[in-house]
Amino acid sequence: MSELESEVGRSSVPGPRTGAAGTAGTSAALEGEVFLSVRDLRIHFDTDDGLVRSVDGISFDVRRGRTLGIVGESGSGKSVTSLGIMGLHRSHSARISGEVWLDDDELIASSEDFVRRQRGRKMAMIFQDPLSALHPYFTVGAQITEAYRVHHPVSKKIAKARALDMLDRVGIPEPAKRYSGYPHEFSGGMRQRVMIAMALVNNPELLIADEPTTALDVTVQAQILDLIRDLQKEFGSAVIVITHDLGVVAEIADDLLVMYAGRCVERGTAEQVFEAPQHPYTWGLLGSMPRIDRDQTERLIPVRGTPPSLINVPAGCAFHPRCPHADVPQDDKTRTLRPELREVGSGHFTACHLAQEERTRIWTEEVEPKL
Amino acid sequence: MSLLELNDVKVHFPIKRGVFFDRTVGHVYAVDGISLKVEAGETYGLVGESGCGKTTLGRAVLRLVDITSGEVVLDGTDLASLPDKEMRSMRRRLQMVFQDPLGSLNPRQNIESILSEGMAAHGIGANQEERREKIRAILAKVGLPSNALSRYPHEFSGGQRQRIGIARALVLEPDVIICDEPVSALDVSIQAQVVNLLDELQEELGLTYVVIAHDLAVVRHISDVIGVMYLGSLVEEAPSDSLYAEPKHPYTKALMSAVPIPDPVVEEARERILLTGDLPSPANPPSGCRFHTRCPWAQPKCKEERPQLREVGDGHRVACHFVEDIESGVLQIGTDRAAVVPAARTEDAGIEAAAAKAAEAAEAAEDKAVEEKSASVEATDSEAAETDSTESAKDSTAQGA
Ligand SMILES: Nc1ncnc2c1ncn2[C@@H]1O[C@H](COP(=O)(O)OP(=O)(O)OP(=O)(O)O)[C@@H](O)[C@H]1O
Ligand SMILES: Nc1ncnc2c1ncn2[C@@H]1O[C@H](COP(=O)(O)OP(=O)(O)OP(=O)(O)O)[C@@H](O)[C@H]1O
Ligand code: SF4
Ligand code: SF4
Ligand SMILES: [Mg+2]
Ligand SMILES: [Mg+2]
Repeated sequence: MSELESEVGRSSVPGPRTGAAGTAGTSAALEGEVFLSVRDLRIHFDTDDGLVRSVDGISFDVRRGRTLGIVGESGSGKSVTSLGIMGLHRSHSARISGEVWLDDDELIASSEDFVRRQRGRKMAMIFQDPLSALHPYFTVGAQITEAYRVHHPVSKKIAKARALDMLDRVGIPEPAKRYSGYPHEFSGGMRQRVMIAMALVNNPELLIADEPTTALDVTVQAQILDLIRDLQKEFGSAVIVITHDLGVVAEIADDLLVMYAGRCVERGTAEQVFEAPQHPYTWGLLGSMPRIDRDQTERLIPVRGTPPSLINVPAGCAFHPRCPHADVPQDDKTRTLRPELREVGSGHFTACHLAQEERTRIWTEEVEPKL
Repeated sequence: MSLLELNDVKVHFPIKRGVFFDRTVGHVYAVDGISLKVEAGETYGLVGESGCGKTTLGRAVLRLVDITSGEVVLDGTDLASLPDKEMRSMRRRLQMVFQDPLGSLNPRQNIESILSEGMAAHGIGANQEERREKIRAILAKVGLPSNALSRYPHEFSGGQRQRIGIARALVLEPDVIICDEPVSALDVSIQAQVVNLLDELQEELGLTYVVIAHDLAVVRHISDVIGVMYLGSLVEEAPSDSLYAEPKHPYTKALMSAVPIPDPVVEEARERILLTGDLPSPANPPSGCRFHTRCPWAQPKCKEERPQLREVGDGHRVACHFVEDIESGVLQIGTDRAAVVPAARTEDAGIEAAAAKAAEAAEAAEDKAVEEKSASVEATDSEAAETDSTESAKDSTAQGA
């Protein structure tokens, strides 16, 4: 990881080093290679009220066979980031800069046509809103079959068998009967699973799963996470899981990236971030998790305040209006100077002005005992 | 009288086949005979696996789907048999927050237009200016910026859209709001904010909620009474705390035991009931008790006779023939159907606490067994159960020492 770390924060950096020819199919040998590399990605939208800085300089790598979890509150730019990687921001108001390296190709500067050809096989996405990804006038079976045939020159019959198998694997009861149903005839959770089947049907090398299990109960959720792990094991796929559910992250992610207001505020291995979280926002996230063994008398402790406007992002540390520790560093830095990502442990980064000893003290004395 | 009362509500969707889609080849029994009561000012939580009919039941209450049979009584009026015109004026009193936020928001309308549409139709606010003020206030409460008014649905994130859906229901000042997965797309901190907001509004305005959610922790947090659904029917209903403390129906037991608790000490003391077998299709539901194909306690009778929901004490209503026998231990769990596994033992510190808890539980079980003994004719059986639990209590105490 060390190469990436030193690059973070600069406005422009060269693409990833690619070792051996990174072509599809030889996944096992390439396991651990960087497959996706995002460099200083910025996605802004022009609106009547001003420029919305949805994603404002984000960099990360995802390696083959590994899973990066992205967490962060609603509106922090998680979906906009993933749609940006997939090349799906078609709106004229979108201003995109930075680099997205998929294997050996840089996508931001590539033609729309080229990026479209990468979708499906090389990279696929499970969308947050299942209805938007499914066509209302075609049966779900036909849609999955078609998605497969686009990348595989096989007969309809073979493609259908593959689609049925996928429906079965995502836990749709009686797939043969459900094959010819329309999206509106499926329950919310079933639609989500249909979309997962569609994204996985081509064994993509990069899978981006945007809130893949929000509509699913724990048992089905476990099944879906297993499915993603299987894909990863078998094809060495690189996976990004975006979720607000820390339980899901704990279960599946190897690495973790915490987003706040379009930027990365903490990044490290999942273990590092869970066991020794460094950023006050991450502490807030951990503190507001509802638990089944607690009753109603305990109101949840949300991170106080509201998410910042992405048009007038607070100066200095974007989290300062809500941060209980904003006054600790004594000087005004927190309100004037934007904290850059700093390494606080091997491969563990955070963007906060707090001095290391101070941070450790707050965590062990004030925050951890309350969780 | 309860504010909202459902009496044997059924919603069966015809399955059509053929070129012109006119041949009915069967039915999806999405909701198959549900009776429940929701008291004014309370929150009724509805949980159950994906596809068990929760959304369909919610839609039936609003008559957004055809009700095959049964009654939906709001404040003394049966909505199921109400003429369309009168139903329209009842609609304001009943609002729904939909599960698919994007699908339920018109992409060509901006937020102001989406939210004020219903207000204007129901005569809320004297003019647009007044309505706008009200919308602004509600948007602020759900944590959206006021410049949201002039923006379109696609410009919002998933969680923001979900809150727009909640705001749309709130501006109409309804009596009952059916919230279908109201916080599933929200991260924990905003989830907490919205859950607390729903709480506050309930206290302030006396709102009544039906909350549908698969997240048991959220449901517990927000509900007074919880109903558990399985394949179109209600299998258990109880006051929230009581349901979590002591689930009685086999399905509820399995459901509760599957939820991980992020606390190794508590986790230690729990047992998991892992169900085997697939969820049956609602187009072809099993005979008798719908749960018999997966129930670890199933008996021959379960296949034949459908159990009715009945009072079993402690405010629980349970649909199971054998709930008493399961509780007393007369009926033991069948291991071919389910694996009962203790949560993994990790730290030594946990074991001690776990042992103490197990001893406590065993003691409680013992008390019950004694009670049972005097009431039951099968004295020998419960005696056996009693010795068992005393022994295990001793075991765990020894371990703890
Ligand atoms: N087309 C657009 N025009 C203007 N603003 C946009 C557009 N798309 C997204 N945004 C804004 O960008 C921000 C980030 O949105 P994004 O969908 O990435 O959030 P998210 O992190 O995925 O949140 P959630 O968890 O709620 O899905 C939001 O504030 C949103 O309003
Ligand atoms: N319009 C329809 N036509 C045919 N079948 C339908 C229709 N709507 C729902 N169903 C079926 O009814 C059953 C119950 O669906 P429902 O949407 O009520 O489930 P749910 O409990 O809300 O599940 P989830 O948690 O996944 O949202 C499902 O099998 C679904 O496929
Ligand atoms: S930089 Fe200051 S305001 Fe920002 S997270 Fe750290 S302590 Fe809080
Ligand atoms: S009625 Fe029989 S099958 Fe149904 S839950 Fe009770 S024991 Fe199990
Ligand atoms: Mg999103
Ligand atoms: Mg639903």
